[in-house]
Amino acid sequence: MTEHLSGGDMLIRALQDEGVDYIFGYPGGAALHIYDAIFRQQRVEHILVRHEQAATHMADGYARATGRPGVVLVTSGPGATNAITGIATAYMDSIPMVVISGQVPSDLIGTDAFQETDMVGVSRPVVKHSFLVRSAADIPMVVKKAFYIATSGRPGPVVIDVPKDVTDPAITAPYKYPKSVSLRSYNPALRGHTGQIRRAVEALARAKRPVIYAGGGVVQGNAAELMTRIAKRLNFPVTTTLMGLGAFPATDRQCLGMLGMHGTFESNNAMHAADLILAIGARFDDRVTNNPKKFCPQATIVHIDIDPASISKIIPADIPIVGPALAVLEEMEPMLEQELTKHGLPDAAALQEWWKQIDGWRTSHGLNHHMLDRVDPDAKILPQQAVQALLKATSGDAYVTSDVGQHQMFAAQYYAFDAPRRWINSGGLGTMGFGLPAAMGVQFAFPQATVACVTGEGSFMMNMQELSTCLQYGLPIKVVNLNNAALGMVKQWQDMQYGGRHSHSTYREALPDFVKLVESFGHVGIRVERLGELMPAMTEAFSEKYRKRLVFLDVHVDPEEHVYPMAIKGGSMRDMFLSRAETN
Amino acid sequence: MRRIIAVLLENEAGALSRVVGLFAQRNYNIETLTVAPTEDETLSRLTVTTTGDASKIEQITKQLNKLIEVVKVMDLTDGDHVERELMLIKVRAEGTTRAEIKRTTDIFRGQIIDVTDTTYTVQLTGPSEKLDGYIGAIGKAIVLEVVRSGVSGIGRGEKILGL
Repeated sequence: MTEHLSGGDMLIRALQDEGVDYIFGYPGGAALHIYDAIFRQQRVEHILVRHEQAATHMADGYARATGRPGVVLVTSGPGATNAITGIATAYMDSIPMVVISGQVPSDLIGTDAFQETDMVGVSRPVVKHSFLVRSAADIPMVVKKAFYIATSGRPGPVVIDVPKDVTDPAITAPYKYPKSVSLRSYNPALRGHTGQIRRAVEALARAKRPVIYAGGGVVQGNAAELMTRIAKRLNFPVTTTLMGLGAFPATDRQCLGMLGMHGTFESNNAMHAADLILAIGARFDDRVTNNPKKFCPQATIVHIDIDPASISKIIPADIPIVGPALAVLEEMEPMLEQELTKHGLPDAAALQEWWKQIDGWRTSHGLNHHMLDRVDPDAKILPQQAVQALLKATSGDAYVTSDVGQHQMFAAQYYAFDAPRRWINSGGLGTMGFGLPAAMGVQFAFPQATVACVTGEGSFMMNMQELSTCLQYGLPIKVVNLNNAALGMVKQWQDMQYGGRHSHSTYREALPDFVKLVESFGHVGIRVERLGELMPAMTEAFSEKYRKRLVFLDVHVDPEEHVYPMAIKGGSMRDMFLSRAETN
Repeated sequence: MRRIIAVLLENEAGALSRVVGLFAQRNYNIETLTVAPTEDETLSRLTVTTTGDASKIEQITKQLNKLIEVVKVMDLTDGDHVERELMLIKVRAEGTTRAEIKRTTDIFRGQIIDVTDTTYTVQLTGPSEKLDGYIGAIGKAIVLEVVRSGVSGIGRGEKILGL
C-alpha cells in the first residue's frame, strides 16, 4: 500500500530515507509546516543555530569531516539570503550540501510578499544546481536528485526552494522514495581515459624532477591513502594545496608542505624547478600559481581532475585526465607497478639528486617547527608558537578548523596533518566566521573527537553568537584565538604594500574581554599573554578536566608578526619574501 | 574569434537563466542569443554567438556542459555549418528613394512585407554579414527600426546535435 503524506512530512521522510542524521537550521514562517514535520519524528535531529550563515558552515564542516552531505533548513527571505555566504563557501570548495529553503506560497511568488526573495535566482551563481518545488508529489524525486547531484561528480551545494503551500499538511500525495535516479543531461565521469592514464605513467617513469601537487580533490575524493601509497612507491616529493593538507602525511619525509602564496620554500622551489608535475584534484588557483605566465617553465603537466572545466583553465595541461582521483589512481597503480617491475625506478640517480636539492631548500629556508624551544617565559607569544603548542597538546590528532587570515596560514603551516579530513577551512571563498560553526559541525559528526578551532578575534566575532548553540548542545570545542587586536592579514598587506597605513584594520580599544564574553555564554575562558603561560594553558584546555566543556583560549600574540613565505606579486612560484627584513 | 555555439537544453523553467547567468558571471560575451523548443518538446535549442580565443571558447563550452540542464553543446564553427539570421527593418521610403530601396532589397533577395506612403518594412534572412551589408547598402540615414533574431545555426551533412 502506498503511503500518503503531506509535503512537509515527505520532505523529512525523504531526508530519513537518504540517511541524514542532522539538519542544521532556523525556523520561520515559510518553513513552519516543515518544522512541524520535524517535531513529529525522531530519526533526524535538528540543530537550532543562531544565524543561518552558521547553519551552512556547520553542515559544511560536517560534510568535510565525514564525506557525507551536510543538510540545512532555512526559511524564506532573510533566512535564505543569510545562507548564501555558506552556500558560496561550500561551492568554492566543492563540498556536498543540500539546502532546503522555505518560500512564500506559490500564488504569492513574484508579488514582493513578506519575506519573499528569489532564492533560486539569488543562489544561482553559487550552487551546483537548484530546484523550485512545484507540488508535493514532486518532493521525493527532487530530494533524490538533489542528493545525487550534490554528492556525485565534482560535489557542491544544491538548493531546494519549497513554497509553503507545497508543504501544507492538509494536502497529501503518494510517497515512495526513488531507489535510483538518472539524468540524461548529467553524467559525471566515473573513470579516467585508459590511454591518457598510460601516457601519464610513461611521463612519470621518465621524470627526473617530479612533484606531486595534491589538492582538495584528493581529500574529498577519498584518494589520500592510495595517492600516499603511490607517492611512497615512487619516492616522489608531495606538496599539497591549502585544501589538500592531510592528503599526504605531513610528518613524512616526502611531504614538502603547502605550496603557493604562503607555501614553503621547498615546495615552491620544487614546483618551479620540476620537470614533471602530477596535479591531482587541484585547480591551479591564483593563490598557488602566482603569475601563470611564469609558472613552472620546465614542467610537463599531468592533470587529474573530476571537472573537465578545471583542466587547462589557468595552466594548459600536457596530459589531461578527466575522472575521479580514486578511480584514476586505481587504474594507474598497476600500470606503474608493471613499469617499475620491468624497469625499476627509471632514473634513481636523478631522483636522488632531486631529493638532495629539495633537502637543501628545506634545510636552508624551511619552516621552523621548533619555536617552542625558545626559553624566555616572559616573551611575547608568536602565533606560530601557539599553533605548535596546539599540535603538541593534541598530539597532532585533532580536527582543526580555522577562519580566514594570518591565523589560518599559521595553522596550515605549523599544524602537521597526517590524515585527510582533519583540516577544515574555507579555502576558495575565504569566509571569515567559518571556523566556529564548522567546528560544531565536526563535533556533531564525531562527538568523541578532539575538535579545535584556530581563529583570530576578527573572524571569531563574525559568528560568535554560536557560543549559545554550543552551550545548548554541550559541544566541547576548543577555540584557540590568536588575538593580535587587528585584522592581521589586511594589516600585513598594508604593511607590505601601502606604506604601513593601517586603514580600518585595527580596533584594539574596542575589543571585548573574551574571557568574560565566553563565560557569559557558560563556557570556560583562559587568557594567555606570555610565552611561559602558553603550553600550560594549552595542556589544561585539552585536559580531562575540560573534556565536556568548550574552552576558549584567548592567546595574545605578537601583533607585528607577518606570515612568511609570501609570494612576490607577479613573480614565479619561487619568487617569495622570506622575512620582514626583505620587505622593508 | 567569433564562434557559434549550439546548446541542447532541458525545456524547464529557469534553465535559460542559468545559461545567461553563466555568461554574465564568468565575463563571457554574448553577441546574439536565440532559443526555442525543438521537435522534442522536452528540449530547447539555444544558439549563442560569442567571441574569444581558443582557450576562452574551450572554457565556455566546458562551463556550459557543467550546467545540469544542458544536455549537449556543440561549437558549430568547429566544422562546416550553415548560419542564418532574420532581420525586419523599417526604413524611410519617400520620393525617388522608394525605387532605389526596392532595387537594393531585390539584390539582397529581401521582401518588402509592409508598405505605407512613407515607409517600407523589409524582411531579410542570411548570414549576419549579409544583413550588415544590406544596412550599409541602403544607408543608415533612412533606417527607422531594426529587429534581428540573432543567429540560428546547424551543422552541414551528417553532423547532428541530438540526444
